[in-house]
Amino acid sequence: MTTTLNLTPTVATAPLRIATAGSVDDGKSTLIGRLLHDTKTIMEDQLASVERASHRYGDGSFNLALLTDGLRAEREQGITIDVAYRYFATPRRRFILADSPGHVQYTRNMVTAASSADVAIVLVDAVRGISPQTRRHTYIASMLGVSQIVVAINKMDATGWDREVFDNIAKELNEYLASLPRQAPTLTIPVSALHGDNIVDASQHTPWYHGPTLLDFLESYAPAPSNLAAPARLDVQWTLRDYTTNFRAAAGRLIGGSLQLGDAVTVLPSGQRTTVARIERGGEELAHAVAGQSISVVLADDIDAARGDVIVAHSDSHPKTATQSVVTDVCWMAETPLREGDRLWFKHSTRSGRATVSIVHRIDVDTLKAEPVQALELNDLGRIELALSEPILATSFADQPETGRLILIDDRTNTTAGAALIV
Amino acid sequence: MNAPDNARISLLNRTTPSSSLGQVSRSTVGELVDEAISIIREVTAECEQPVLLFSGGKDSAVLLQLAIAAFAPARLPFPIMHVDTAHNFPEVYEYRDSLVDELGLRLVVASVQESIDTGRVVEETGPRASRNRLQSVTLLDAIATHKFDAAFGGGRRDEDRARAKERILSFRDATGGWDPRRQRPEPWDVLNARIRKGEHLRAFPLSNWTELDIWSHIASTGLQLPSIYFAHQREVVKRDGMLLSIGGPVTLEAGETSFVETVRYRTVGDMSCTGAVRSDAVDVHTIVDEVAAARITERGATRADDATSESAMEDRKREGYF
Ligand SMILES: Nc1nc2c(ncn2[C@@H]2O[C@H](COP(=O)(O)OP(=O)(O)O)[C@@H](O)[C@H]2O)c(=O)[nH]1
Repeated sequence: MTTTLNLTPTVATAPLRIATAGSVDDGKSTLIGRLLHDTKTIMEDQLASVERASHRYGDGSFNLALLTDGLRAEREQGITIDVAYRYFATPRRRFILADSPGHVQYTRNMVTAASSADVAIVLVDAVRGISPQTRRHTYIASMLGVSQIVVAINKMDATGWDREVFDNIAKELNEYLASLPRQAPTLTIPVSALHGDNIVDASQHTPWYHGPTLLDFLESYAPAPSNLAAPARLDVQWTLRDYTTNFRAAAGRLIGGSLQLGDAVTVLPSGQRTTVARIERGGEELAHAVAGQSISVVLADDIDAARGDVIVAHSDSHPKTATQSVVTDVCWMAETPLREGDRLWFKHSTRSGRATVSIVHRIDVDTLKAEPVQALELNDLGRIELALSEPILATSFADQPETGRLILIDDRTNTTAGAALIV
Repeated sequence: MNAPDNARISLLNRTTPSSSLGQVSRSTVGELVDEAISIIREVTAECEQPVLLFSGGKDSAVLLQLAIAAFAPARLPFPIMHVDTAHNFPEVYEYRDSLVDELGLRLVVASVQESIDTGRVVEETGPRASRNRLQSVTLLDAIATHKFDAAFGGGRRDEDRARAKERILSFRDATGGWDPRRQRPEPWDVLNARIRKGEHLRAFPLSNWTELDIWSHIASTGLQLPSIYFAHQREVVKRDGMLLSIGGPVTLEAGETSFVETVRYRTVGDMSCTGAVRSDAVDVHTIVDEVAAARITERGATRADDATSESAMEDRKREGYF
């Protein structure tokens, strides 16, 4: 196996994914509106539409939040119900912004937003301080594995730019973050989303703050590079077949490191060994593929590798045996409580089956204490053990996020009821 | 180690990729390409009867290109479906038919005219009449008739504020309706494709693409598009602030005068409600520059159907629209 690697532009130009978090009315949508406005990424017709809506739903003063509150019910009630995705680019970088709802009842939508984010921006209202919902969202963002948390202490204008207010909230939230099971680097910024202080332009009012503005930080932030030295893994989604030419290839998205032509690989769970005879991406041949690419692989020997199977590069660090029992940290997102002994569907990577639940504990997000409970209610965070009808090749979420997570599906409603991270 | 003989032979016999589709590997938005291909494969594996909604517009052209790339060199494992209002641009029909021919695709045409003739829908009348909204009924009828359980669409979240809210895998109940207040959570990329009989899913692999991403991808891969996307001369009339092409359903009303203008289209829909923009951009690279400098969204600039009300798209989507 050769060690020369070219970082393809694919990796270099991937947009940075950001999600907002925090309690209702802390200014998430306004912050996003401000970010878009001050980077001049709002189009004229969108501005005109926000102006019209500002008159219809408010006192007529330009309401930045209406840029992302796209549903009729949201505009009428002045709240965010579901995630809104916005896209913008500066000369330095492309961004995908997910604006989350703050209400406890829509926590499931915040989970959706935070799950795919590199950076979570946790907003805190400087006047009201930290609320239980601030803690819940902070907990969830950290649990879901965002690689950076930015705490934006907002509405600083309403405190008269009081440094002490900022310091106290920053201290309290940073202490909370430091006591979470999973740590992410954190930056705390004093901002006014409404007036634009420290969002794109540095504020005149915070001579005591020496850090970057929000946009400066986001533009220069470098997510931890995906570990190219890690062993490659391909969970087979589909087999490409051309019967007329007897062609067969295993298709999937590469996880972990890189895969080269000629690499020795093992097909799991069968354990058969072979080498990589051909790699394609988008129907075109590649000499090597890197993590994140959707590829197809022709194996040198006539070995079956179908959906549900996994192709791994030879290495000691892959799970070799599938498991039917996993302990997970879960966010419960269904109205029906999750009870001891409940049976649900699970989906892990390309495998699905039945899961029987045994509840370990629930976490009180305020005290961070683990408490024994009979059931997890809507929006509860806790730990559960799952007995699975189908074996899976699991990793811990910390070791390899893509294969360390699964979803739980309620079989009465078919809704996605739980987001679970393997401990 | 070398590939065994059977693999070697098959590689020699591969059909060469179609020239109209270009080369996906050259895309400047590679990460979005990998995401889209992964979604397409996953939904195809989890559903029994997928279909790809193809309008002949740039987004559905990219979608088709990536779907073919996802399964190459094997055949596309599902048909494509065109919801035909009979009011599409002639250039778009030509484009559709030549692609279907060249690539050997299975094409299902769902006809709005047929829905009108059989009384499923009633045609709007008057100068602002459009078959746009009627398409939802035709689309849902066709999904039911063919028992499709998943429909891939080229919708992008940056197109419209209601689309900005939609999941990648979006659930439709037995009436075909979308309930934006009760969307399934969608953690990570683990897609939940479970539905009951009669329900279906809409899958949007291009959710995270912007208009600029689409154009820069088209420019870098060499994907061919219908000619109306590029600057050309056309007889138009200015109506409701929009330049509508004379022809098909659009005729001059009293007091209106037509004129010839150099235009191109930013979106492709029904002739009755899709406006042209003044432009000299004759090639794809000039279009990329033009889009990068644009100050009006593509739908705002060109779609009369969305200008009718602030929640026009949301309302149509609730009824089952694309
Ligand atoms: N009008 C129409 N739209 C369709 C049809 N099939 C799919 N669509 C969807 O309509 C949306 C508009 O995209 P498209 O027409 O491809 O791009 P545009 O030219 O930029 O509008 C996409 O989500 C398509 O998937 C169809 O048969 N007719």
